[in-house]
Amino acid sequence: MTTTVAEVEEGTDSPYALSHLDALESEAVHIFREVAGEFERPVILFSGGKDSIVMLHLALKAFAPAAIPFSLLHVDTGHNFPEVLDYRDRTVAEHGLRLHVASVQDYIDRGVLKERPDGTRNPLQTLPLTEKIQSEKFDAVFGGGRRDEEKARAKERVFSLRDEFSQWDPRRQRPELWNLYNGRHAPGEHVRVFPLSNWTELDVWQYIAREGIELPEIYFAHEREVFARSGMWLTAGEWGGPKDGETVEKRLVRYRTVGDMSCTGAVDSDAVTLEQVITEIAASRLTERGATRADDKMSEAAMEDRKREGYF
Amino acid sequence: MSTTTELSETTLLRFATAGSVDDGKSTLVGRLLHDSKSVLVDQLEAVERASASRGQDAPDLALLTDGLRAEREQGITIDVAYRYFATPRRRFILADTPGHVQYTRNMVTGASTAELTVILVDARNGVVEQTRRHAAIAALLRVPHVVLAVNKMDLVDYQESVFAAIAEEFTAYALELGVPEITAIPISALAGDNVVDPSANMDWYGGPTFLEHLETVPVTHDLSHCHARLPVQYVIRPQTAEHPDYRGYAGQIAAGSFRVGESVTVLPSGRVSRISGIDLLGEPVDVAWTTQSVTVLLEDDIDISRGDLLVPTKDAPATTQDIEATVCHVADAPLTVGHRVLLKHGTRTVKAIVKDIPSRLTLDDLSLHPHPGQLVANDIGRVKVRTAEPLPVDSYADSRRTGSFILIDPSDGTTLTAGMVGESFASPEPVKDEAEDDGWDF
Repeated sequence: MTTTVAEVEEGTDSPYALSHLDALESEAVHIFREVAGEFERPVILFSGGKDSIVMLHLALKAFAPAAIPFSLLHVDTGHNFPEVLDYRDRTVAEHGLRLHVASVQDYIDRGVLKERPDGTRNPLQTLPLTEKIQSEKFDAVFGGGRRDEEKARAKERVFSLRDEFSQWDPRRQRPELWNLYNGRHAPGEHVRVFPLSNWTELDVWQYIAREGIELPEIYFAHEREVFARSGMWLTAGEWGGPKDGETVEKRLVRYRTVGDMSCTGAVDSDAVTLEQVITEIAASRLTERGATRADDKMSEAAMEDRKREGYF
Repeated sequence: MSTTTELSETTLLRFATAGSVDDGKSTLVGRLLHDSKSVLVDQLEAVERASASRGQDAPDLALLTDGLRAEREQGITIDVAYRYFATPRRRFILADTPGHVQYTRNMVTGASTAELTVILVDARNGVVEQTRRHAAIAALLRVPHVVLAVNKMDLVDYQESVFAAIAEEFTAYALELGVPEITAIPISALAGDNVVDPSANMDWYGGPTFLEHLETVPVTHDLSHCHARLPVQYVIRPQTAEHPDYRGYAGQIAAGSFRVGESVTVLPSGRVSRISGIDLLGEPVDVAWTTQSVTVLLEDDIDISRGDLLVPTKDAPATTQDIEATVCHVADAPLTVGHRVLLKHGTRTVKAIVKDIPSRLTLDDLSLHPHPGQLVANDIGRVKVRTAEPLPVDSYADSRRTGSFILIDPSDGTTLTAGMVGESFASPEPVKDEAEDDGWDF
């Protein structure tokens, strides 16, 4: 080999060490390409939230200058933020992608699913999602889940085999060795794939800043009509809030996660730029999900139980 | 505001822990996460709530890392969990692995991607069987850096002689196994000595604290000793008006570096061409190195597809259909002679058959049990495999990526076995293989 390589000084990184963002990016791209090489019908779950936006950006890079060889799938709870749906549709059009939509509202209208007493539709997503996977015969489904989000997710593999009922069985996971991902599956089974497994919330934000990725406006501080419920600021709207005894007020807020309006809370913030958001997160004493997600607070194992049923 | 740039310039260290609960692993992990602000208020509150509901007086920090119902119910760690924390100098991915011998496969899993392994020892007990097992696995997996954390120094009056004796015994043992670098650090995870801050109780110790060492250990090796390898993952052909003739070979560089103009050989076909361009995720570059994901363009239109390996023409490995390797069996069903399997190496999956299982390693004393007949879950042994097609394998000693493979059960897709090609342990003198296998050398 003729490449001259500088002697590595003790205690310093060699010039060939990748920055942590470069290392994470390279790993995620490798995962996208493995799936493209080994599966017939992969799909990217795309909600218009920051993690799925980063996933899409990485997929675009992985196959450039060719198009992404995957379509997108959105599970529409019927309680989505209009800014996010708008962002979703613009993105699909801009990149000439194909979007599949699984609609919770359809299931409710048909009487297959019932509205819950607490009004949250997050747990109702599982059935439309898993039925869409079956009916479209998707064999690999990319999700933006990160292991830093939650303790059950910390146990998740990059390639996660799901049975014909889309169930996750944490005790029957395949060991994942080196970067040799095993995507073998029987007909009817599929593999959930998490290219952002090793990213943290801060990594996602730093990457968004580095790459100059556009986000829906609700991630930045803005005035919004909200009301307090279970210690969170929820957006007032036709989805079912506020109820009696809950009062609407105008506050300067932003969102750390974007999901269903009925369970995703806003945080008080005056961060209007990416750098301000990053500074705010770096100083926060609350996790993303702890601060703004009602669905994880239902029980100690809420996430694990939902994942077992087929949720991400 | 410079937060973005400052934090972006850090590097990433993947490391794994080993050691049973009694050695204080949970406490050490808990302190690292806590002191680096990686345990946040709501997580601590959740742990406090859960601990109180179980009638425990103090928050049980193990609940932070034991994420599954079954783990919390049984109070043990069953599976590898990945933890993330950061300091201003570096970001860390910690593979938190259970230490019991029946979870050897989990330690192997954690160590397979780690650049550093931490082996915990209780200062009162010194080097025990479990310590030797962990050292052996770190050596087998060729983890580049090993840290011996001599914990509970507070319980031996912070005596230098206790630490020195343990460090000496361990270092001698680990060097014999071929562990390339050992750093011994006396700590008390409970009291916080030498974990994040230097200890006032051990002024005789002049080395780095545990966290300082994690922050400064070099993460990438000298590339001049590496054979350059690029497993082709996917062929990128846009076939658009803008790029009618673009044909790029996408993959993550497994080892070494590639440069535009370099002559490369495609394996297993043996065809030769020259690199006409390298795209680093959309940006053209002159040179790219491990572990960058790239797309390589060649001067000639030759037949290349997923599963092929690009190598420098002057540094090509031989191909072989007979692979001898050290393996760790990770599935519940045993591996037996005659077993028909799939073998995944790099981006290529081929049919294979287990021809022989010459020996099983006893981890306690590293003795070899000849012809065990089968390997069961967590067993480590030597295996001879015949593949249906020739593969360009390297010795695992030369390349952790192109020297490793997994065996898969073709009937249900189960990952059966993790394999490392070539000699098990590094030895001071090169060992002459008696079988004189001419197919390839290492």
